[in-house]
Amino acid sequence: MPEEIRYIQVVDEEGRVDTKLEPKMKKERVMQLYTTLIRLRTLEARMMTLQRAGRIGFYGGSVGQEATATGSAAALQPQDWVFPQYREPGAALIKGISMETLLYQFMSTAKDIGKGRQMPVHYGDRAVNFVTISSVVASQIPHGVGAAWAMRMRKANAVAMVYYGDGATSTADFHAGMNFAAVFRAPCIMWCNNNQFAISVPREKQTASKTLAQKAIAYGMEGLQVDGQDMISVYAAAKYAADKARKGDGPTMVESITYRVGPHSSSDDPSRYRPDSEVELWRKKDTLERMRHYLRHKKWYDEDEDAKLHKLADEEVSAAIAAAERAGPPSWETMLEDVYAEMPQHLQMQHDDLAAYLKWKEARA
Amino acid sequence: MAVLTILQAVNDALRTEMRLNEKIVVLGEDVGRLGGVFRATDGLQKEFGEERVVDTPLSEAGIIGSAIGMALYGLRPVPEIQFQDFIYPAFDQIVNELAKFRYRSGGQYPCPVTIRTPYGGGIRGGHYHSQSGETHFAHTPGLKVVIPSTPYDTKGLLIASMRDPDPVMFMEPKRIYRSAKGEVPEGAYTVPIGKASVPREGTDVSVFAYGSMIPVCLEAAKHAESKGTSVEVVDLRSLVPLDIKAVLASAEKTGRAVVVYEAPRTCGYGAEISALIAEHAMLSMKAPIVRVTGFDTPFPYALEDLYMPNPDRVYRAIEQVMSY
Repeated sequence: MPEEIRYIQVVDEEGRVDTKLEPKMKKERVMQLYTTLIRLRTLEARMMTLQRAGRIGFYGGSVGQEATATGSAAALQPQDWVFPQYREPGAALIKGISMETLLYQFMSTAKDIGKGRQMPVHYGDRAVNFVTISSVVASQIPHGVGAAWAMRMRKANAVAMVYYGDGATSTADFHAGMNFAAVFRAPCIMWCNNNQFAISVPREKQTASKTLAQKAIAYGMEGLQVDGQDMISVYAAAKYAADKARKGDGPTMVESITYRVGPHSSSDDPSRYRPDSEVELWRKKDTLERMRHYLRHKKWYDEDEDAKLHKLADEEVSAAIAAAERAGPPSWETMLEDVYAEMPQHLQMQHDDLAAYLKWKEARA
Repeated sequence: MAVLTILQAVNDALRTEMRLNEKIVVLGEDVGRLGGVFRATDGLQKEFGEERVVDTPLSEAGIIGSAIGMALYGLRPVPEIQFQDFIYPAFDQIVNELAKFRYRSGGQYPCPVTIRTPYGGGIRGGHYHSQSGETHFAHTPGLKVVIPSTPYDTKGLLIASMRDPDPVMFMEPKRIYRSAKGEVPEGAYTVPIGKASVPREGTDVSVFAYGSMIPVCLEAAKHAESKGTSVEVVDLRSLVPLDIKAVLASAEKTGRAVVVYEAPRTCGYGAEISALIAEHAMLSMKAPIVRVTGFDTPFPYALEDLYMPNPDRVYRAIEQVMSY
């Protein structure tokens, strides 16, 4: 096991391409991933506007760090599972969750797979192996490890992608998950999106470690750093880690270095904890711009085509919002369902109580 | 039929079900090579191998968290938490993850994990080997909470738990792990979760209890009988779901209720039994409901015998409700 932290960067800020590290990807695939970034950025902008207008209750966005989730999920196969934190809509889109599915959840509708039970940005879709999100930071880490361990026991040719952030590395669940993953050689990728902030607390105050990736070494695991602003780098790192896990060579921790350009959530005011000048610095490292560098290098960039992609994304998001606004809220009975496989007697009694109350209320109206 | 202890019944249930269902995985601290600190998993690793009977690193959150991941992927993990007192590092995983997975995913992700853990006092274990924390779990929607009191029920309820589609807290009364003995059939059978039993029928007073308090209540009932009072003992067996019908039927039949639990009194599970009877059977009651419980203190060491409900205290409560 290497005891040094490799840093992977394929396309640098000036657009120079390291052809030795450059992964083999067809034009269609690269364009599909680039399109996903455009769809994401369109979605994020519209969601913050909807939240400000009171049409969704809450939003937590991934602006600035779209590449890290999108590029890493692109290295997965359909049978692989994603254990998300909550800032990886890029991985959701890549796994095949539709824009409509997301909007049904964000707008708390009857058509939400999760039946409107969680606040916005807590989605999941079993059909594409994208596990339903929890708000608790890092609790998904041991789940991903356990599932990966089960994949190995069942001799499935599958791996688990476990996402978490810089703040998560301080938790007990991170420690437990990393330790179990290494001890049991679970086929998983421990993917850390280091976006420099846990709400307001900067990365330097989270740990005295020089890098987050070096924590892997203490667990007996390989650790990598990757330029999270460059989707091609991200894909290369994820492909390496996923192939390695699939071959039975154990887990890898990847620290993807990125930046949360937007607020932690619609309830956050980042001006209280960081200067605009810092945000501007990172805007210059914008992930879409980096992809355009790469597309130009490959001679795949076409300005008209680009404008068309933006327009299509806008239409897609608008259609999803319209569909979600038509869907309506979940019925009252759904509040009492799915607590257990079958409704036990005490819940049946509460169901009947609630039904009686609603009837009483209706009669008074 | 073989006469087994509760511990042997646990072992028998695990072995029996593991032979039938290759998806069952036992994991925890010292459960493999050692066979568990109480020997509940004795010999299982030898029969089923290190992949299915796993000695894990010392981390309750890691044990429960990874068991959740296994269950999401389709296995049937049966983690052991060595003492219920040590479960709290995994409390977030149990309350926020295990209990909520089915609900929060709209029914997409059932999470059938059976957590085995010995609970309760009376073994000279002090604060950290004696607590009776069932209420924490009974107060968490999404979990089932099962507590057997006999070897027969232990095997049947543990097999039922391992076949249940929902997460089950299977809390084992360690004080009577070896003292409670009884006939246990060979092979697989289940005792349904959510059904109380009546180990002693009576007509004057109903005593409601579970786990290691059952032998205490039966002894008190026997003494009361010798003094001319007929006592019915109801063993809840399953706190969630609760057999509400059985509780109300017994309370209505006798019109007097004593509720016994060893946990701290305030907000203990028996408070729910009292409230249910008060809400639904008040007009049948001939006396106030009386509780016999532990105290609202951390679990004591030297004064353990005074802390734990004993047959004397239960008998005194029976006298109290009979005095009306």
